[in-house]
Amino acid sequence: MKRYDLIVVGAGPSGLSAAIEAAKRGMSVAVFDENAKPGGQLFKQIHKFFGSKEHKAKVRGFRIGEELLKEASETGVEVHLGATVTGLYMKKEVVVRMRDGMQHWKGDAVIVATGASEKMVPFDGWTLPGVMGAGAAQTLMNLHGVKPGNRVLMLGSGNVGLVVSFQLLQAGCEVVAVVDAAPRVGGYGVHAAKLARCGVPFYLSHTILRVEGSDRVAGVTIGRVNRRFQPVPGTEKRFDADTVCVAVGLSPMSQLFKMAGCQMRDDPKKGGEVPVCDQYGRTSVPGVFAVGDVSGIEEASSAMIEGRIAGVCAANTLGFCTEEEKTAALAAMEKDLDSLRQGMFAPQNRGKDFRTTEEGVKISESLLKKGYLTDTEVGTFPGVVRRSGVHPVVECTQNIPCNPCQDVCPKNCIRVGEKITSLPEVDPAAGCVGCGMCVASCPGQAIFLVDEQFEEGFAAVTIPYEFFPLPKAGTKGTALGRNGKPVCEAEVVKVTNTAAFDHTNLLTMKVPRGEAMKARFFTC
Amino acid sequence: MGSVNDRSRDIGKFSEQPDDDRIICRCEEVTKGEIRKAVHDGMFTMTEIRRYLRCGMGLCQGQTCAGLVKGIVAGELGISPSELGPATSRAPMRPVPMKTLGNEKGGGY
Repeated sequence: MKRYDLIVVGAGPSGLSAAIEAAKRGMSVAVFDENAKPGGQLFKQIHKFFGSKEHKAKVRGFRIGEELLKEASETGVEVHLGATVTGLYMKKEVVVRMRDGMQHWKGDAVIVATGASEKMVPFDGWTLPGVMGAGAAQTLMNLHGVKPGNRVLMLGSGNVGLVVSFQLLQAGCEVVAVVDAAPRVGGYGVHAAKLARCGVPFYLSHTILRVEGSDRVAGVTIGRVNRRFQPVPGTEKRFDADTVCVAVGLSPMSQLFKMAGCQMRDDPKKGGEVPVCDQYGRTSVPGVFAVGDVSGIEEASSAMIEGRIAGVCAANTLGFCTEEEKTAALAAMEKDLDSLRQGMFAPQNRGKDFRTTEEGVKISESLLKKGYLTDTEVGTFPGVVRRSGVHPVVECTQNIPCNPCQDVCPKNCIRVGEKITSLPEVDPAAGCVGCGMCVASCPGQAIFLVDEQFEEGFAAVTIPYEFFPLPKAGTKGTALGRNGKPVCEAEVVKVTNTAAFDHTNLLTMKVPRGEAMKARFFTC
Repeated sequence: MGSVNDRSRDIGKFSEQPDDDRIICRCEEVTKGEIRKAVHDGMFTMTEIRRYLRCGMGLCQGQTCAGLVKGIVAGELGISPSELGPATSRAPMRPVPMKTLGNEKGGGY
């Protein structure tokens, strides 16, 4: 039997992070993952992450995955791929299927980081080909380069539903609707706004009544639901669609803990059946830890910190680091984790109905119901100022833990402040040079540059643009409003991209001066 | 758990519902009606339901349907899904061909 100081099950963001911290402290670490490639879900995350510098904000998910793999190999972590853990037994014995046989390994500590799988909802036609999890669609597009379909209906308006819908648009699919039985958009408003300005309609308080088709999806009928989530007769609406993506939540893959005899709990706030564990990931079985989504659904940034914390604790338990070292290491990590778990979308605030921001600004009902801010509401937020010359307009209207806009501005035009969830404020007196770093860095693509005195009668509006083909300077087209409806004619003045923008193009368009605060997307 | 295991509880008579023929466990093709009937046949726990109908014993090992089955069973019993414990976890956690499962590559005992 092969013996290691630490065995980690799952080479996703939390598992790798745990392995790295343990290996750094001299432990022999083996990581098993059933997939052919490590990184878990990170390698399909092509979007920029939220957070602060410490959380690798504005770095695209797959790049974070590459950094983790490099760190793992430098610290001497052994990663076994195509290695399926089929059982976790007493005395931390791990049985792994590797190639054509079963191997028995033993760890003095075991960290289980098996992640989660997609939940499903049954409706008429849900077993037809073309109905898939949103994560599955993301795997097809971003890992295998396969378009999941042409006309997609997304069920679920949480961050997974919103982010995948945008990536479907980027892949060239049409998203016919984002549907959610809840009365409000579940994910970040900025993610919803990116879709709405591309013309994607939102149907909140709606659900799928049936999916039709003989051998594949041919159409979807949705209907409104009442407060008790019962369909309201006479509200049916049909869409032509060949694909239905389901993004109704994730469920922890926690069976190994139950098998190992850990105390379990069914916690709807954590996504389902999870092991009972403390803030260090320690379960009721000494030496068995839970990190990442398997210990409660969150997101990759917090999963990585959870992993690091458990890695340090495992090292301490087995005598690879002193109590003082542990305390010092954990203090910084817990501070980072705590800052991610703040704001309206923090785990402890799940399901809460916020009406105003921390600053006391009224939250946009339109954003929560239709996915966009109205032209009148937008001016009530501290990031939206009007003045002469080029300046940023920050349409960030919910308290989320994110502040790259503040860090990248060389002129200190944008301020988030000490509290990472505060709404960004634009200083009307600071001298914006129009570098566009804020526009390119905002993971929510919620920052625009506006110059109302661009030319006689015309304003220039610079938008983040991540679609192909890229329009060229001189292209004439239509400016769309936040609701995706045409606002006015527009002409592309320039399209810029530098290494620092990391593949987010900045498209500057010329629009009639009166439309400067309405035009937020370009189509031709 | 005591209340779930109280077999004398009255859960009423089985009555048909319009979506009874909807498949819930895709791997083993078990319908909602079959699950509801199983409860009325006396299968009150997830483990019993699984053994009776094989739902959750297919390729995905219940990863997709376990929550759905739990909701249906709890609804039929008139309890909250969290009162219903999960089915027993057993090795192998993932489908493994018998040929591979029988090919022990060491362990020492």
